[in-house]
Amino acid sequence: MRLIGFIIVCLTGAFLLYGTTELPDWGDPQSPASVHLSNHYIERAMEETQVPNLVTAVLADYRGFDTMFETAVIFCAGLACFLLLRDFRKEKERFYRHVPTGVILHFKDSKKKLPIGKEFQHMDKQWVPYDIIIQSVCRILIPFIQIYALYVVGHGDFSPGGGFQGGVIFGSSLILIAIAYDLKTLVTRIKEKVLGIFAAVGVLIYVGIGFICMLLGGNFLDYSKLAKIIPVDPGHIRALGMLGVEIGVGIAVMAVMAIIYINIVSEGKHDEGL
Amino acid sequence: MTEILSLIVAKYNYWLYVILMMIGLYAMIAKNNLIKKLVGMNIFQTAIILFYVSIGYKKDATIPIIEGAHGGHGASGAAIHAADYINPLPHVLMLTAIVVSVATFGVAMALAVRVYQRYQTLEEDELRMRLSEK
Repeated sequence: MRLIGFIIVCLTGAFLLYGTTELPDWGDPQSPASVHLSNHYIERAMEETQVPNLVTAVLADYRGFDTMFETAVIFCAGLACFLLLRDFRKEKERFYRHVPTGVILHFKDSKKKLPIGKEFQHMDKQWVPYDIIIQSVCRILIPFIQIYALYVVGHGDFSPGGGFQGGVIFGSSLILIAIAYDLKTLVTRIKEKVLGIFAAVGVLIYVGIGFICMLLGGNFLDYSKLAKIIPVDPGHIRALGMLGVEIGVGIAVMAVMAIIYINIVSEGKHDEGL
Repeated sequence: MTEILSLIVAKYNYWLYVILMMIGLYAMIAKNNLIKKLVGMNIFQTAIILFYVSIGYKKDATIPIIEGAHGGHGASGAAIHAADYINPLPHVLMLTAIVVSVATFGVAMALAVRVYQRYQTLEEDELRMRLSEK
């Protein structure tokens, strides 16, 4: 099998390398990819959309329909993870740590519960050391990561950034909570239901903006028609429409990242993991 | 010989992507462990992403964000030349491709977890044995 695989790979590689002789040189400004459509985007996007970041302009306006379905793909991935893995059976055993003394309590009956707070703490079955340095550093860092994520979403029209990137950064801050503390801390702070609703609301915001444009008499996702209901400079309305769409993308991506992580590490049980 | 060398130097980026892509393809074909196959798939996707981004590159051009336009009222006066900015289109395509690859990787990991829950293994030959036992 290895030998056959190696031969197939060498043959494919040779064919691809033979094909590259026809491709344009590295950094050639006259390459076919940069002479037709992209010149229009670069020269005209600024006056058509008033968005300096051309990537955002193309992503959310010229190719807005495409990006809508990309967001739907992300939503479907979260849904697939949930449907494949979610397991609603409750775990019988519970472990608690008495914080002042470090004593570990083992409960075999799932009905008995201890109040979680300063005195008692949840613990995973696989013992995770109680590390005050990691927890303190993460507690300080996480708000800054989240504010940075909001900046990346909100400033995506003007600087590198946008909904996808900001959403991933925000989602990674949620994952950092789960790694630094434990999964239960994340799941009790953000309920599974809330994450599911966020993922759906993100897609709904995107589609909703498209339909509002249709109701106002334009095409689907034609942001210039939004000027009828939002009293701003009509030249700037496309940038605002893109911002709304990017916020929807960011919410959906953030929620789906957290859903995928929680379901995979806890094998769908949502009680303990990594 | 020098001809071939100059050909390689002019298009060395493509050589790198082809090599990277073939590493991923080999891992997908020959590796026995499902997780290693997934890692191979990710390497393959990364090679394609690098390939697209390199197509958008132009010599002596800057990132596709219009300079001096942050006042909100357009680059007044100064005309925008397409040669000064790299091609934004491959970046847009790859931006969505990266996120979609993360999502597909998540689904693939979920499937791997299910396979492991049911058969207690991720090795392909052992899986085939377990399946033929039934």
